[in-house]
Amino acid sequence: MVLLLTLAVEQVVNGLFLGAIYLLIALGLSLIFSLGGIVNLAHGAFYAIGAYLTIVLSPALGFGGSLVAAPVLVAVIGLLVERFLFRRFYRADPILSLLLTFGLAMVAEQALRMIFGAPPLPYAIPQALRGQIFVGDFVLSRYRLAILAAVIVAVACVWFLLQRTTFGRVVRAGVQNPDMVAALGISLKPYMATVVGLSVGLAALAGVMLAPISGVHPAMGAEVLTGAFVVVVIGGLGSFWGVVLAALIVGIVRGLMVLVYPGFAEAAIYALMAVILLVRPRGLLGERILRFE
Amino acid sequence: MTQGSTPKRPLITRSLITRRRLVQGGLAAGAALAMPGLVRAQGAPIRIGHLTPRTGFLGPLGEYAVMAAQLAAEEINAAGGINGRRIELLTEDSVNPQTASGKAERYVERDKVAAIVGEISSASALAIGQVAQRGKTIFLNTGANSDALRGQDCKRYMFHVEGANSMYVKAVGRSLTEGGLVKGKRWYSLTADYAFGHDLLRVAKVFMQGNGGTFAADELVPTDATDFSAYLIKIRQAKPDLVISNLAGNQITNFLKQYAEYGLPFPVAGFGFDTALAWGAGSGNFAGTWPCLWHHKVDTPSAKAFVAAFTKKYGKPPENQAWGDYNAVKIVAKAMADTGSTEGPKLVSYLEGGAKFDVQKPRPAYFRARDHQLISEMYAITALPADKVKDKWDLFTSTPAIPGPNEDMEVLAPTAEEAACRMEG
Repeated sequence: MVLLLTLAVEQVVNGLFLGAIYLLIALGLSLIFSLGGIVNLAHGAFYAIGAYLTIVLSPALGFGGSLVAAPVLVAVIGLLVERFLFRRFYRADPILSLLLTFGLAMVAEQALRMIFGAPPLPYAIPQALRGQIFVGDFVLSRYRLAILAAVIVAVACVWFLLQRTTFGRVVRAGVQNPDMVAALGISLKPYMATVVGLSVGLAALAGVMLAPISGVHPAMGAEVLTGAFVVVVIGGLGSFWGVVLAALIVGIVRGLMVLVYPGFAEAAIYALMAVILLVRPRGLLGERILRFE
Repeated sequence: MTQGSTPKRPLITRSLITRRRLVQGGLAAGAALAMPGLVRAQGAPIRIGHLTPRTGFLGPLGEYAVMAAQLAAEEINAAGGINGRRIELLTEDSVNPQTASGKAERYVERDKVAAIVGEISSASALAIGQVAQRGKTIFLNTGANSDALRGQDCKRYMFHVEGANSMYVKAVGRSLTEGGLVKGKRWYSLTADYAFGHDLLRVAKVFMQGNGGTFAADELVPTDATDFSAYLIKIRQAKPDLVISNLAGNQITNFLKQYAEYGLPFPVAGFGFDTALAWGAGSGNFAGTWPCLWHHKVDTPSAKAFVAAFTKKYGKPPENQAWGDYNAVKIVAKAMADTGSTEGPKLVSYLEGGAKFDVQKPRPAYFRARDHQLISEMYAITALPADKVKDKWDLFTSTPAIPGPNEDMEVLAPTAEEAACRMEG
């Protein structure tokens, strides 16, 4: 019993870590969808590009340097994609942006395959973050704890940006009622561009963080994307705290299910989503968004 | 080696394939125009159909397979082809068993290939084997491990360059026995939860119990699992004498990376393996003892020549999957040259007749008539500690070839009792 409890506590921490990675990806997905109406199936590709950039940049900048540089570079790519592609599809039929981003994801994956090859590339945990932390009978990975802390900082910054700045107020108003924002004489275009850049930058940050403990290969983006979508759906569109809550729940449920019944860990997430959608069709903390109802 | 379940995107892959074929056709035509001197061979080219997964979690290995098959075809053509006829290598992404079956059908019916080479997934290999059997076209399996393909599902026209799961288990089992890790020891095994893993676990269990070991636990891991932390903390609590991986594809890389992250002290071994996955884990993460049919450090003249040619062409050493496809193409060419024929039945009796092939190992290899398994030596490799690693490809030390020079070549292969094959047709 005590043993099981120890395992459960350790696994909750591991689940939180996983949830934190999902959170970084899901936050951006949610933002891009609720503001621009674009279902970004290429979001996982930006995550993969982030991981590959880590490998490219690390010899010069180290892991710490890539943690900053890779997301910034990916954000720049995101700005270009927004300017030349996404911008044509805002508030259009979602099926169009769905096809566009699906194609974009395939192009990105194939490009990574052509440049770096299909086999996974090696990348190790930086020396300073290696090792384990023992708390009594618990063992925790030093790296995962450090990453968890970094995610909390990053998410806090996003929260501050959205809730406490003029920029955030306009974005939130745009999510609720873009026509009213336009009527007030504010163009949403620069805001949209910034949101896309920020969102894909966050996805790239997740890619950098996972590179040392997961295989870096061209299809890695597709691996995380469905999980991130589930988080967005459970949390509810347009809600910052909804996504945070959902990421934590998904991470913990998944972590504990792996402990109890591994074969069901993946399915459990979808079962959870089904139940929540039955009870609350808008997700846990989903707000009413006129455009999509 | 390692095997596939079902990759998921036939729609996209089909369009990519057409383009890839187009580009390859264009390149081949361009090369032929640019270097007329190389095209000395006369007569219609002999078509060989290559079929292997390029997408999904077996894609990385499939990429090596295609590179190696192309290298082999180029070398054969540069040396004058098969009795003066050039080889024309067609390549396709087999994607999943249904697609593999359809594409094999097209190779046989429309393209009139003289042989099919390739595949990694056992399910797809079975599907291709059935098509080959109907079309009386030989199929050389280069990467599918399931024992069943050599046993209950064996086919007259299907030959296996890849080793069977039980051969892998016996090869690394020797190292484990010598290291005192079997008798009276407790194993904790993680197994990929699909046909390949189940088959591997079954033969692993037979070996372990036959040699006096027990399971601390054996866990099935879903093939889409990327986070192993839960298993690692359970392993830590169970304190086994040995951690066994029956995982597949990229899972092995993830597992090794996270095993290093949690710093568990127990030795690691695995029964299924590909060097690309060790290279993907990298120095400091790669650990344990693993089996393979061949690796780029094998020290024979023909192995060195193969490694040099491959490295020159592609800028990296060949993976063990590359070995399989390279040799399969060479074996097909030799069979056609020696028999002076591209007829399926003649090639089958030639291959069944015990012809010997240099497969870049100390002793020549041959196909066993009973189950069409290529009988050749294997190796067990062990990870070097991080401070002994000198470059990113040379992460391990290897045993000498198993079986040793004074042993029977067939000691690793499944016995008639272990796998009964009844061929028809």
